[in-house]
Amino acid sequence: MIVTQALDVVLLLLLVMTAVAIARVKDLFATVMLSGIYGLLSASFFVLMDAVDVAFTEASVGAGIFPLLMLAVLSFVGRYEADSKRRVALPVFLLTLVSGAVLLLATTQMPAFGGEDTPAQQHVAVRYIEDSPQEIGIPNMVTSVLASYRGFDTLGEVLVIFTATIGVVVVLLGVVQPGKARSLPADEDMADHKVLRIVGKMLIPLILLFALYVQFHGDYGPGGGFQAGVIFATGIILYAMLFGLSNAQRVLPMPLLRGLTALGVMIYGSVGVAGLLAGGNFLDYSVLASDPVSGQHLGILLIELGVGVTVASSMVLIFYAFSLTTSSDGSVER
Amino acid sequence: MISHLPILQVVLPLLAAPACLIFVRARSIWLFTCLACLLTFGISVALFLHVSDVGPLSYEVGGWPAPWGIEYTIDSLSSYVLLLVSAIAAVVILAANSSLGPELPERQQPAFYVLFLLCLTGLLGIVATGDVFNVFVFLEVSSLATYALIALGRQRQALWAAYQYLIVGTIGASFFLVGIGFLYALTGTLNMSDLSERLVEVEQQQLLAVAFGFVVVGIALKMALLPLHGWLPNAYAFAPSIATTFLAASATKVSLYLFIRLYYGVFGAETVDALLPVSIVFLLLGIIAVLAASLVAFRQSDVKRMLAFSSIAQIGYMAVGIGVGSTLGLQASLLHLFNHAFIKGALFLAVASVVYRTGSSQIDAFRGLGYRMPWTMAGLVLASLSLIGVPLTAGFVSKWFLVLAAIESGLWVVVLIVLVGSFISLFYLWKIVELAYSKSDSEASRNEAPPLMLIALWVLVIANIYFGIDTRLTVGASASAAATLIEGAPW
Repeated sequence: MIVTQALDVVLLLLLVMTAVAIARVKDLFATVMLSGIYGLLSASFFVLMDAVDVAFTEASVGAGIFPLLMLAVLSFVGRYEADSKRRVALPVFLLTLVSGAVLLLATTQMPAFGGEDTPAQQHVAVRYIEDSPQEIGIPNMVTSVLASYRGFDTLGEVLVIFTATIGVVVVLLGVVQPGKARSLPADEDMADHKVLRIVGKMLIPLILLFALYVQFHGDYGPGGGFQAGVIFATGIILYAMLFGLSNAQRVLPMPLLRGLTALGVMIYGSVGVAGLLAGGNFLDYSVLASDPVSGQHLGILLIELGVGVTVASSMVLIFYAFSLTTSSDGSVER
Repeated sequence: MISHLPILQVVLPLLAAPACLIFVRARSIWLFTCLACLLTFGISVALFLHVSDVGPLSYEVGGWPAPWGIEYTIDSLSSYVLLLVSAIAAVVILAANSSLGPELPERQQPAFYVLFLLCLTGLLGIVATGDVFNVFVFLEVSSLATYALIALGRQRQALWAAYQYLIVGTIGASFFLVGIGFLYALTGTLNMSDLSERLVEVEQQQLLAVAFGFVVVGIALKMALLPLHGWLPNAYAFAPSIATTFLAASATKVSLYLFIRLYYGVFGAETVDALLPVSIVFLLLGIIAVLAASLVAFRQSDVKRMLAFSSIAQIGYMAVGIGVGSTLGLQASLLHLFNHAFIKGALFLAVASVVYRTGSSQIDAFRGLGYRMPWTMAGLVLASLSLIGVPLTAGFVSKWFLVLAAIESGLWVVVLIVLVGSFISLFYLWKIVELAYSKSDSEASRNEAPPLMLIALWVLVIANIYFGIDTRLTVGASASAAATLIEGAPW
């Protein structure tokens, strides 16, 4: 008990220090690395709170894909912050202080975290914990809630990722002239990095395999489409960085990725419509098979597949979009 | 079939958005989007008729009963706003193909329609759902689509405007989420009607006040209630004209809907006001917004920006209606929410036509347009009259109800504010009209807007006049919605 509390304090202090450092540092490369560290610290904190699924997502997104994508952005905008006269926005600072103080004040009245008799444990959670093994039939009740009880929220989240991807790609398309885009890093740039390439060749298949494991293991342990998609994308992006974007594009061309991003949402939505056609409500998986529990299994498998497809292809697509708009000397093509 | 309509209302545009990518040419995608918007509008009409004849509809998504699963609830208020948003989308999208022509390179156009549908999906989802976390998810969908739509504007400032809004909007959404988080910690539920029942038993009043405060501030940011309006003028001025038209007519309205739903329907106005002075703050901020934003609008030389400030003022009227605190006041807000969507839709569409022909939305571009684009300018004049609140227009009806509500509550200052605000709007709109009908030195050859833009504009203008004369739909629906909300029964 004392140990976890001490760990809480240490982790939170580190989080605060990292956040302050992110705000102060002028070197954007350092900012990106620090935000990766921030992601990893948050993930560790979530583990301490027994939220392993969230921790897994945070680790793969916050510490994994986010720094990678931000590096692609840096190759686009340059490494250092433009020297601007910094105005200390006092009102903003005060507002932040006030909101922070109010939040602190509020936490004093919050029900104890993890307390047995708190509303969060006593109301809807009871059914999720006690009945989901019979109703859904899978051991990981986080997946039961995300994919079935509140599956419509998850469809919305996939839609959020789809929206963000379309937005990023189309906005970048407006910044660059067509036909002028060159790719970075070019094959030649990395050809000398033999060690990186060989280690990459060894790691990439394992990363992709691990992604598939996470994808299909989500019913039994922490994991699922979001984490798997991100891990899968990391493997592809690593390949693109080490072996050149043109090689990566031969495997996964941009139009295919764009189609896949949409396909994932369509898979998820179609499972919902299938529920309608089978006589149930939208996203009712129980009617998909003769036995409700196997229907739930089938539904969750399919929607997780949709999530994985959209997430993986979105991440790679965003990476492509940034990389294709930069030239090798880091200046922006106009 | 009718029982599945609540979810189809949202799922249809939701699935149409990724399905757009089947097509290659921008024109086919536009036609497909038009079809999707028309069907969505059809569903909202069916829902509205069903709710007003039979009563509220509830839908258990995934077959899980509330509060364990996500519930969709369509009552008189939500069906009224669903009807509004999908009608605006269906009309505006007609004009999109022409309007985008000179404003957006063709290779970016397909994504515009996808984002438009996603934005529509998000807005409809916020209105249809009966679950506070589900609200957040669809708020994110609509917000992200909005940021991208704004960034597609021709000028480089569009990127900056979108970025500004992205930062501010994300803060708003985070505030909302923090508030929801506290409410979940206090009650253990996210379902709206369940939440409203369980909130009564909450003992931690201080935490409850913080939760309400965060939710209200978050929504007020998205609603652009003064002084949280900073993102709006740039966003409206630099976004592609057709995106501005859709957003001005629908996005802030949905945020206002969300506020009304939570404040009256879920939290209970009296419960909130016992902890936080929300209604007084809304009354004061609304009054300041009407006066200040109208005056600022008068000083603008860009018509899009002028109308943007006018929108902030109009949101002020809606806030005043809520601040009055009576059933009649709430009804006035709901009426203005509806009518103002048609007013601003028509005005911004007229400006979009001007941008199409002249390439500019500066006020100087309007010189002599009354002769070169007579139909467009006639539409603009009629919509302006509605904004000012001339009798026999929709704008008059909502302002009339606001004045009635103010008199009923003895708030004479509000009556005065409505009159002063209307006068200022008369002055700034007159600036445009006067220029449009002054003879320009260049020869005045007729150069009217493309037919589809004109049709869309005139549908909105006729709606302005229709809802100014036949008020059965708007007054009836808003009266029953306001009465239900004030009674405190959530659905």
